[in-house]
Amino acid sequence: MIKFMLTIIHRDLLLLVRQPSEILNPLVFFLLVIALFPLGISPEATLLSKTAAGMIWVAAMLATLLSLELLFKLDHDDGSLEQLLLAPYPSWSLVLAKVFVHWLVSGLPLILISPVIASMLFLPSQAVPVLMLSLLLGTPTLSLLGAIGAALVTGVRGGGILLTLLILPLYVPVLIFGTSSVVAAAQGLAVSGHMALLGAMLVLALMVAPWAAGSALKL
Amino acid sequence: MYFDLPTTSRFLNVSDLACERDLRILYNDLNFAVKAGELWHIKGINGAGKTTLLRQVAGLHAVDTGQVLYSDNMVKMIYIGHKLGLKEQLTADENLTWLVGLDGFSTQQQRYTALEKVGLKGYEETMVAQLSAGQKRRVALARLHVCKVDLWVLDEPFTSIDQQGIVDEQNWLHQHISAGGTVIMTSHQAITLPHVKTLDLSLYGPQSQSKNKANGQALR
Repeated sequence: MIKFMLTIIHRDLLLLVRQPSEILNPLVFFLLVIALFPLGISPEATLLSKTAAGMIWVAAMLATLLSLELLFKLDHDDGSLEQLLLAPYPSWSLVLAKVFVHWLVSGLPLILISPVIASMLFLPSQAVPVLMLSLLLGTPTLSLLGAIGAALVTGVRGGGILLTLLILPLYVPVLIFGTSSVVAAAQGLAVSGHMALLGAMLVLALMVAPWAAGSALKL
Repeated sequence: MYFDLPTTSRFLNVSDLACERDLRILYNDLNFAVKAGELWHIKGINGAGKTTLLRQVAGLHAVDTGQVLYSDNMVKMIYIGHKLGLKEQLTADENLTWLVGLDGFSTQQQRYTALEKVGLKGYEETMVAQLSAGQKRRVALARLHVCKVDLWVLDEPFTSIDQQGIVDEQNWLHQHISAGGTVIMTSHQAITLPHVKTLDLSLYGPQSQSKNKANGQALR
């Protein structure tokens, strides 16, 4: 089964190397949103440092959502999803492999670039490690939960908006605790409670989402 | 593996299978038993449910009424449908690598030999996007030659293949069943091989409803 998952991961990474625009899309979107916010509101440092956490988290969420629609759609359209489902392995393993690649492309780059973004938005420096940690715990949860929606709308024409409606409510808790952890850190408060909750959400999503998405794909 | 079993043994048993799509009954009361070493040719007009039947046999489409039962759940199967399952941005060899790699292992030597066998020598490192429709289907069919698999489920495997290619393909089918393999396929082309079992889906279609109702076996 490990080999089955590695085969999928290898294939998807190869496809991404051939089509780098898919890697860059979420990242560019993220950067654009962040860059436009100060222009739209105010470039004032005090205001930006207060809103930075929320901006970064909302932008990260939207960037993830943007790239989710294609998670299973391309495989469904060219028939390779059938081949993946026919392999004698549980469908959750295929979901897990695909979600891992999705996170590598949409989550990891955001985490890596977040310190730069944070300094751009005058986020207090003591909050930066917390921001990175909250994104590290939060973005895989976003990818996992999103996979459920992506699997449900696979094969549905114009499923994009449906996917957003299905998934956004599930994203809200992650957004709330992700943002509030960074805000707490900026004010010098303890963040272990927030982190514990983000971690708990990740564990729950890891247990439930691959199985749910796998079952949805078989429909 | 069923290769160890006597060739007369039942391999796949389909009983009382029915299929309904959009409130329309495609077929019902379908009963047939496939033995190892047989080639089954599923016939029927467009929309008769040939593809759906193959998908039910392969386990890709839910079976609501009736049963599809394999004698051994370790049966290895290759399903090649209308959608070939090839990635356009990967080369022929890379596509074979991942398709075979899902449940097995292949060396480059094996893959190149398979591609040569389907007439794609020299195209191993060509992006599938640049191949013609017939060549794409040949890439998908090359998978049949990479490693030995018991059951081939092929949906219209002759589509967009040239005349010589169809002759070659029938030879492969013959070799496969001679070696104890099994094939279930649909095609509008005649299959010019001896001992082909034919299943005509139109015999199980809506026209036969009145008969079934009389037997008290109506689907709905």
